[in-house]
Amino acid sequence: MTIFYILLIFIVIASLIAVETTDLLSAVICVGAMGFGVSLLFLFLRAPDIAITQIVVEILGLIILIRATISRDLTFISGDKEFFATIVSVAIVFVIFLAGLRVFETLPEFGTPVFAERPDTASQTYIREGLAKTGAANVVASVILDYRAYDTLGEATVLFTSIIGATVILRRSAKRTIDTLRPVSPS
Amino acid sequence: MKGMTIIVKTISSWVKVLIFIFGIYIILFGHLTPGGGFAGGVILASSYVLLMLAFGSDFVQKDLPLALDSKLDCLGAFAFIMIAILPCVFGGAFFANFLVDRYGQPFELLSAGTIPLSNIAIGLKVGASLFLVIFSLAVCRKGAELDDE
Repeated sequence: MTIFYILLIFIVIASLIAVETTDLLSAVICVGAMGFGVSLLFLFLRAPDIAITQIVVEILGLIILIRATISRDLTFISGDKEFFATIVSVAIVFVIFLAGLRVFETLPEFGTPVFAERPDTASQTYIREGLAKTGAANVVASVILDYRAYDTLGEATVLFTSIIGATVILRRSAKRTIDTLRPVSPS
Repeated sequence: MKGMTIIVKTISSWVKVLIFIFGIYIILFGHLTPGGGFAGGVILASSYVLLMLAFGSDFVQKDLPLALDSKLDCLGAFAFIMIAILPCVFGGAFFANFLVDRYGQPFELLSAGTIPLSNIAIGLKVGASLFLVIFSLAVCRKGAELDDE
């Protein structure tokens, strides 16, 4: 239970620094640290799929934000610091490689049904009772449109919102509004 | 966009019908065979994208105007929300499959309650919105008018 509080304090401190700092790059890095803390929290709360999604979104957002900020204020690392940074990154890559080797050793053989050994998991219930309860011969359809229809509703909402956003931004009239605003904004 | 040569135009006008029918099949049989609303919607959108590549965007805009396309998008989203809310009215929880015992047996085309209806709604939504975003990217690069008022 203490690990939750440590992570929560870490997230709060990271977000406070991200809001208060004046350096853009540090703010972006603090936001990234906060996101990874949240994903660790999801992992400890036994929601690994949300944790994976959170990590992927966090990495993508971090890359885009760093790419956006790095052209604004350039931070160069030179001299002894550069050598030190190279050593540190090589060491980190090596440690991750060793950890990856250990993880691959624990994986089951390819094609082995892992969840078949445990009859109380959700996937076994879907396979056993899916046809009788939903009447759909395709188990995937019965999962995404009946058991997990909330997820599908969320996906459809995300798609709808993003398409509305894209159309609104790409419209001709939006460009015209920006063009009329542009002479005003520098003064 | 003026379109491509007459060979490409002839072949794509034949193939477009086949792709469209295949997309409808994938959507309607989503509860029996692999596929479903998302995959079928992408196939439906791709038939119109093929038409747009071969004939140019002006031809497609006459065939499927953007106003109609965004209305279809909203109709699909609305239908999916109604499929979610209607079980609350007829007794049961949000998204409960309230039609499952009303019609059909398993492995028939008319079976599985609300699942085929959801597939149709999602297929309409995904197809219309994917086509909308590809079309708006193509038109806006050209700098033409996207507003339809």
